[in-house]
Amino acid sequence: METKFYEKDKLLVLKITEEIDDHNVKKIRGKADYEIERYMPKKVILDFDSVTFMDSAGIGLIIGRYKFAKIIGAKLEVANLSKNVQRIFEMSGILKLVPIWDVSQLDILSN
Amino acid sequence: MKEDFDNEMKLEFISKSSNEAFARAALAAFAAQLDPTIEELSDIKTAVSEAVTNCIIHGYENKQGIVKIMARLKEDEIIIEISDKGKGIENIDMAKEPLYTTKPNLERSGMGFTIMESFMDTMEIESIVGLGTKITMSKKIKPKNQEEEDNEFQMITKQ
Ligand SMILES: Nc1ncnc2c1ncn2[C@@H]1O[C@H](COP(=O)(O)OP(=O)(O)OP(=O)(O)O)[C@@H](O)[C@H]1O
Ligand SMILES: [Mg+2]
Repeated sequence: METKFYEKDKLLVLKITEEIDDHNVKKIRGKADYEIERYMPKKVILDFDSVTFMDSAGIGLIIGRYKFAKIIGAKLEVANLSKNVQRIFEMSGILKLVPIWDVSQLDILSN
Repeated sequence: MKEDFDNEMKLEFISKSSNEAFARAALAAFAAQLDPTIEELSDIKTAVSEAVTNCIIHGYENKQGIVKIMARLKEDEIIIEISDKGKGIENIDMAKEPLYTTKPNLERSGMGFTIMESFMDTMEIESIVGLGTKITMSKKIKPKNQEEEDNEFQMITKQ
């Protein structure tokens, strides 16, 4: 996972670089919660651009991070979903709680 | 006597979560003989991952056991059986319901069977409490037209 924090906007971007399954999700979950707690952002973006595989473990991951972000008063959004990832999220209804972030906003951010 | 299928493979491994990636990669390599699209291959990998994960976390509840996979190719179809000799499922109809999970505390979402059903053409569950569970899934690989093949080629060369 790669972490980027935009101080001015209090925006934390967590780019997941692992395949998301039951085996890897424990590690991803731990790292994500650690970074969220460390930066105390207003918004957390989970970036799926480098995710080459995801199964239902990804739904649990999102629901868990949504709850954790809520505790510290942050919003959660997701970005760069592949067709397959989007289909799995749509099936679960989770996108009603966690919107898809407009990637074009990245250009206007500064460190 | 001639078998009524074109190819067959069997795979057995212990119920370690690190074998989930191994199992779906092995099945994808076997299914590749039917010349599937990237999307069809990804559907098969996801469904296999769901079934294997279920054997490990629900069937054996992370204790050691053996997960077995048998796959066959028959004309344009792949048939996959994934089984464990674990605790079994008490109520199969309930288990198939979207969002039904017996392990919500582990951040499970209860979408595994729903995903298997929608990513494959057929999905059947056989289970006996105390003896184990067997999932049988099948998927037909559609014949490709030239345009799709061209698109696929472009996708691969772009990566
Ligand atoms: N191989 C199995 N052995 C015993 N019980 C099983 C097995 N597979 C599934 N189950 C039962 O069926 C329920 C539903 O399975 P399903 O895969 O749909 O959801 P899940 O595994 O709980 O969550 P998710 O797959 O979304 O992470 C499980 O919670 C479990 O109780
Ligand atoms: Mg499951």
